[in-house]
Order: sequence, then C-alpha cells, then structure tokens
Amino acid sequence: MKDSSRRGFMGKAFGAVAGVGAVASLYAMKKTWDPLPSVKAAGFTTLDMTAYEGNVLVTEKWRGKPVFVLKQTPEMVEFAKKKNELNRLIKVGNDYYMIVLGLCTHLGCIPGYDAEKKSFLCACHGGTYDSTAMVTKAPPPRGLDIPPFKVDGMKVVLGEEGPEYKKLLQEGVTLPV
Amino acid sequence: MRELKILAVVVVFTLITYYLVEPFAHGQMHKHTEFNNFNYNGKSDIEEVEHKIAVAKAANEPTEELEKKLEEKKQFWADVEKIAQLQGDVAAGEGTYAMCQGCHFEGATNMGGVTPPSLEHAGSLYDKKYLIALVKNPAMAMNVDHKFKDPAMHPMGAIMGMVTSDQDIANVVAYLKAKKAGEVTSKEAFVEACGRCHADRYMKWTQVGFRPAAKEDIKTGKDINMLKFEQKVAEEQKAVAEYMGKLPPDLSIIIRARSEHFLKTFVEDPQSQLGGTAMPRTGLSKEGYEKVEEFLADSGDAKRHERAELGPKVLIYLLIFAIFAYLWKKEVWRDLH
Amino acid sequence: MAHFTKATSLHDWLNQRLAVDTLRRVLAKEYWIPKDINFLWAMGMVLAITFGLLLVSGIFLLMYYQPNVNLAFDSVNYTIMKEVEFGWLWRHIHGVAASVVFLIIYIHMFTGIYYGSYKKGRELIWISGMLLFVTFSAEAFSGYMLPWGQMSYWAGMVITNLFSLGDLHMNGLVEWIRGDYVPGQAFLNRFFMLHVLLLPLVIMALIGLHFGTLRIPHVNNQEGEEIDFEEEAAKYKAGKKAESKVIAFANDFLAKDMFVVSVFLIFFFYLVFYHYDFAMDPVNFDPADPLKTPAHIYPEWYFLWSYEILRPFSTNVGLVAFGFAQVIFFLLPFLDKSPNAKPAHKRGLFKVWFWVMLVDMIILTAMGKLPPEGIFSTIGLYAALTFIGLWIILPIITKMEKEV
Repeated sequence: MKDSSRRGFMGKAFGAVAGVGAVASLYAMKKTWDPLPSVKAAGFTTLDMTAYEGNVLVTEKWRGKPVFVLKQTPEMVEFAKKKNELNRLIKVGNDYYMIVLGLCTHLGCIPGYDAEKKSFLCACHGGTYDSTAMVTKAPPPRGLDIPPFKVDGMKVVLGEEGPEYKKLLQEGVTLPV
Repeated sequence: MRELKILAVVVVFTLITYYLVEPFAHGQMHKHTEFNNFNYNGKSDIEEVEHKIAVAKAANEPTEELEKKLEEKKQFWADVEKIAQLQGDVAAGEGTYAMCQGCHFEGATNMGGVTPPSLEHAGSLYDKKYLIALVKNPAMAMNVDHKFKDPAMHPMGAIMGMVTSDQDIANVVAYLKAKKAGEVTSKEAFVEACGRCHADRYMKWTQVGFRPAAKEDIKTGKDINMLKFEQKVAEEQKAVAEYMGKLPPDLSIIIRARSEHFLKTFVEDPQSQLGGTAMPRTGLSKEGYEKVEEFLADSGDAKRHERAELGPKVLIYLLIFAIFAYLWKKEVWRDLH
Repeated sequence: MAHFTKATSLHDWLNQRLAVDTLRRVLAKEYWIPKDINFLWAMGMVLAITFGLLLVSGIFLLMYYQPNVNLAFDSVNYTIMKEVEFGWLWRHIHGVAASVVFLIIYIHMFTGIYYGSYKKGRELIWISGMLLFVTFSAEAFSGYMLPWGQMSYWAGMVITNLFSLGDLHMNGLVEWIRGDYVPGQAFLNRFFMLHVLLLPLVIMALIGLHFGTLRIPHVNNQEGEEIDFEEEAAKYKAGKKAESKVIAFANDFLAKDMFVVSVFLIFFFYLVFYHYDFAMDPVNFDPADPLKTPAHIYPEWYFLWSYEILRPFSTNVGLVAFGFAQVIFFLLPFLDKSPNAKPAHKRGLFKVWFWVMLVDMIILTAMGKLPPEGIFSTIGLYAALTFIGLWIILPIITKMEKEV
C-alpha cells in the first residue's frame, strides 16, 4: 500500500515538474509573438517642434502614414479662434500647431496644401480643409484625424497617448486611428 | 421521392442566400450606372449637373452657378452635334493637323502634367463626336471642367485658340477619321489611350514606355541604363501624380478587380462611377474600347482561354464519373433493399 | 515476441506485421451505418473530399507563394496566375473550395440539428464538429490574408481590431497578435505560418477526433430510431442484408457517398470554371494599400451572420453578442432539454425553432453584407435580437416537449 501511494505521489510530482517546464516554454512562445524592438521603435515618431516655420507645411511619417505638421501664424490662430476650432490645434510652448494624419477622411487620398489660400485640397474628389484641417467642403465626412500624441517639453511624440490627446478623444474632436 | 424533396429544400435555401449576399447586396452597394454604348452626346454630363442642382436645392444651397454650368453644357453638346453634321474636308484638315503635331509627336515630353499621346490611331480608337468636342473644348469634352476655372488652363486648352471655326474642327476630325484610322493592336490601343497616366507592370509598361530587359554590368552588378530608365519613370510619375492628385493606379489586374459593367461605364464617363475623379474621359469608341479591354485581359486574366477550354472537358469527365458512381451504387445496394 | 511465419503472399506478410485484415474489418467491413439515411449523411465524405482538394491545391500554391508584403500580391496574381502551368487552376480550386467547404459545413451542421444528432451519447460528435468549424474559420481567415489584397489588409485590420475588446482598450493584445501596430510583414508571416502549418495540423487532429467520437454512439438515422447494432449486424452477416437495419461502411455506405460526391464535384467544378467571383472577391484584386480604405469592407459570406450580430449594437454590447454567437452553438446538446433524439418534424415547437433559426441566420448573413444604413440596420438589429432570443427560449420549449 505504502509503496503504491508513494508511486502515485511521484507520478504527480513528475507531472508538476513537467507542467512548470510547459508553462515556462509558453512564456517563451508568447514573447516570440511580441512586436520586435525595431518594429516598436518605428512605431513612435518624435517631432522637434522648434524646427517648424509658420504656415509652411511639413509632412512627417508615422507608422507608414503621412502626418501633416503646420505651425500656425498669429493670423491663423485668430482664424481658428473665430471658427471655434482652437481645440483642433496642439499647443507646444507658446505656439499652436496643427498635427494631423495627411489622409483625406473620404477615401484616404493625400490632400495638398495651398499656403496662399491657407487651405487643403484633395485632388481626388475635391474635398477641402481649412488651416486647422477642419473640413470645409464635402465629400469628406469630418476634418483630418489627429494621431495619438504626447507633448513632452518642446517635443511631440506621435504614437503615445498623452492627456491632451485623451481629452480630444473624449470631446470627440478626433476619432481613434 | 423524399431525397429529392430534401435536395430541393437545400438548393432553395442555398440559392436564396446566394442571391442575397451576391447580386442583391452588390446591387445595393454600387449605384447603377447606365451604359451609353460609347455614344458621346453629353447626356450623362448634363444629367450629372441636373442631379447636383437637385441635391443643392434639397439642401437649400444656392444653385445659380450650377444652373449656368448646365446651360453651358447643354449649349456645348448641342454645338458638337451641329459640327458633326458638317461635311469635313480631309485635305484641309491635314493642314490643321500640323498644329496638333506641335505637341503630339513620337517622343513628346510631359506638358503641364501629362505627355501628349500619339495620335497615330486616333481615328480608329476614338469616337467622332468626342474628337469634335475635344478640339472645341478639351476640359468640357473630358468632363473635367470642374477642375479648371478657365478651360484654357487645361494642358490641351491652347487648342481652343488655335482651331476656332466649326468647319476647321470638322476638317481636322475628318482627317483623323480618314488618315489615322489604320488597324490597331491591343497594345497600341492601351499605350495611346491609357498608357500616359497608367502603368501596367504585368505587361512591363510604364508611363514612359516598355521596361527594357535588364542588362547588368558583369563587374559591378549594376545596370546603368535601367537606373536611368527608372529615373525617367520616377520623374514622369511625379509630374502625373502632381497633376492628378495621386498616381493613377497600375492597371495590371484591373480586369479582375472591377466588373465588366463598371469598366466600360467608367471609361465612357469616369464621373458617373467616381464623382469628382481626376480621370479624364478618353472618348474611346466601341472598337477602341474592345482593344483596350483585350490588352487588360491579357495582362490580368491571361489564362482565360485555357480556362474556357478546360472547363467543358473537366465537366464532361465528371459527368462520366457520376454515371459510373451511380452504377456502382446500384450494384452494391441491389441486395440491401 | 510475436511469432512470425514465412509469408505466403505480400498480403500475408503485411497482415502478420500490420494486421491489415483486422484493420479492414474494424474500419470498413464491419463498421456499421444505419440503412435509413438520405444523401445528407454523405456530407461528411463531401467535406473530407473538399478538405483533400484544399490540401492538394494548397501544396502547389505553396511552391510559388512568397510571404512578403512586397511580393505576396504579385506572387499570387502574376507568378501563380500567369506563369505557373495550371497555377490558375490550383488557385481557383483553393479559393472556391475555401468558400464551398463552409456551405457544406453549414448543411452538415443543420442536418445534425434537424435530426437531433447531438443528443444521447452523441454530444462529443457535436462538440468536436464545432471545434472543427472554429478551426476552419481561423484557417479561412488566415488564408484570406495571404494574397495581400485590399480586402486581405482591411479585413485583417478590422477583425484583429476586435481584440481591443471595446472599452477595455486592449491595444497591447491587438499589437501582440499583429506583431506590429498595423498589419505588416510580421502579421503576414505569422498568419502564413498559421495557415500552412499549425491550423492544418489542428484540423487533421480534430478530424481524427471527430471520427473517433462517432465510433461508440454510431451514426444517427432519419427517424431517430434506437438501433441494436449488434443484433442488426448479426442479421447482416448471416446474409439477411435486406432485412437488417444496418449496412457496412464499405462498400455499402461508401458507394452511396461516392455518388453524392460525384454530383457535388460537378457543382464544384462548375463554380471553379464559370462562377468563381463569389469566392474570389474582385476587391481583393487591388493590392493592399494602407493609405486607402475600400468603400465597403465585409467579411466572406460564411462569417457574415456572426459579423452582423456584432454590428447593430454599441461597441461593447456588440462584442458581448459576438462572443455569445461564437460559443453558443457548442452548448446546443446541453441547452436542448428534450428527452427525444428525433428529427425536428416529430418534435413540436422545436420544429418551429429550427426553421426560424435557419431563416434568421440567412437574414443575418444578408444584412451583414449590406451597408449598415436605414432599413437594413433595423432588420439586422431585430434579426440579431431574434438569434439571441431563440437561444434563450430553447431550454424552455425543449423542456416542455413530451416524450414521443
């Protein structure tokens, strides 16, 4: 009797040791599925906001998508205030910036910027946007989307969700992308 | 018989499901566009503006500008109709055609976003009324007038100041129809009508010509001529993309990506299927379109003839297979009943 | 050690080492199937043949396919479709079979539901079958990614996004599944691995299990009659074949199966040659473009009913309803409280339940494809509610059922 119960115990003990090994290898398998460091690094784009000039559109790249950065001149800020669109702009230091995904919300074409008229025109279907990237002429259903961002001093990190971005989401100023 | 009744139930439910997810759903998703049989009389252009007016009225928006546009279009296509009735003089048209050759010649370069196409087969590829409309007012004929405040700003707009009288238009079109209407291959049709904006990588076509065979230098492994060619392609593509808003799609496999109906109605009037598109109407005639379609099918559905040939053979074999299966079943089940 | 004698023939040689006679007897000659069946009982064989077609065509596609985001599209549409001899045929067979296999699975499932073939000892047949359904769904989805067309990309985007689980914002989980923030190289590679190795292995193991679960309870019959298989088998072996209620798997059952298979193959190859668009969506002949969302994104037809259960609700409720739809069919043997393992037409209210469920799932399927606007989204909502309601009342109406 004693022998057989001991045999039963060792069987279970062996099972437990094998189980530990199995769980440990599951951990390795899980980690193998994780995004690679190079992929992760490419997922965040850091913008140095001091490098931009007023009313000059710069196209950056984030996760393979174009991101428009447009530093606002004082007149443009006035315009945004008048149109009640100041909340679409991101304040870094004392300046306001428009930072949006450069993809038309209609069918995803890349709109062009006319610095003279201070407006975007999508050549595909004729949609237009103003200098805060709010839609001014259909067919696009809404203004250009704002990518997740975090303000960090004079820098903006795209891909991280800072408190300012979360607030925009909550207020429905932009949709999650 | 019970089994047949059960089969009928299975078949009916399957067909209902099929009908709902395929013909019915696609009918709902894609608006129906009428096909005008490559007859260019401005009907769809006028209807398009009328529709816009109706939409604007429903939204209580001003319609004056649209009304003006409507009148303009009606007048334009009525004029085209009138010119089409004139007797064109081929010999006089040849003189006018010399002006066309100022831009349209073999080896022409990009002008204002697009390289003027060769007109070598224009008479066979394009419809007569369309050609008349094109010479009269390119932006209007191509139905891209919404892109230009002044139609003369169109890359081909200069023609409006060069060929002005109705008779001149009739003459030059008569010339094209008489002297530039030779036999045309599917390749030539695609290159002349589509190939200035669209690449087709499965047929090795780029916006500036067919891609040459690679020939690497044995010592460096590099192909300098190919690199030069690529640069030329990149420059041309940039010019086209800037003019059109984006690079027009590669047409390698468009024949499988769009329905037959979509393709022909789109070519007939791009605006009808994709409102506001930068794609101009090319004015292909029925024969011209068939040639282009053949090229696209050779590109994207090359094995269609093989498929059509093999299909009946396989089905006949399976019919024989089924007969033998049935006879075997009968034999096996003879003593089971 | 076993005793071996000098073999008198190749058959005898094999028999001594592999017991081929015993195998043949147990697996074919004396594997008993009820005689009172109709062609719907051949769907298992039709599925096995279709899986075979998928496996063989898949092997040849695998010889030329390139799991690379820059090469995948052209390796399929240029290399396989234009260059490889009969490459187009393998691809059409693979694409059409992937769609048709679901039609047969659904027929097979509804046959099981109609005839009560998940009750009284047959629960595991049902459950292993449902596991096969789920694995086939994963196999179909992962395969749909591989040509890297517009629909591959965007369906991949939309479906993997579901794993963020609404307001739980499990973006980490979505990125873990994708191996990237958006579908990209890592995503394509891992779905390629799943499609050509892991999932087929699981499917083959599950097919073995599914066959195994049939062995003891035996296949059901048209009237739900409880057959004494030993007694009936004895009659059959005694030569009273016409009198016996059972037939042998081979060649009796097999001969009938093969006739049904032959009719199915005519239908199947008609689709392969003349009517393939329903299974090879034109939208997927546009190369994947992360910058351009197609006007309509919809899954393949066989996922539409569960997709539609997700759609009419707000994000979180929709996900719960979707999760419900995925697991609820597994519980069928336990939610059906009736003592009867009989066909639906003998079971009173259950008969109504069956046909309403079938029609409701067809409505869900249709609405799942249509744009979610106006009347369609209203119909979709009611159909989804009906689906959930049907499962809630199932235990009640089956409990009320009288024994027949």
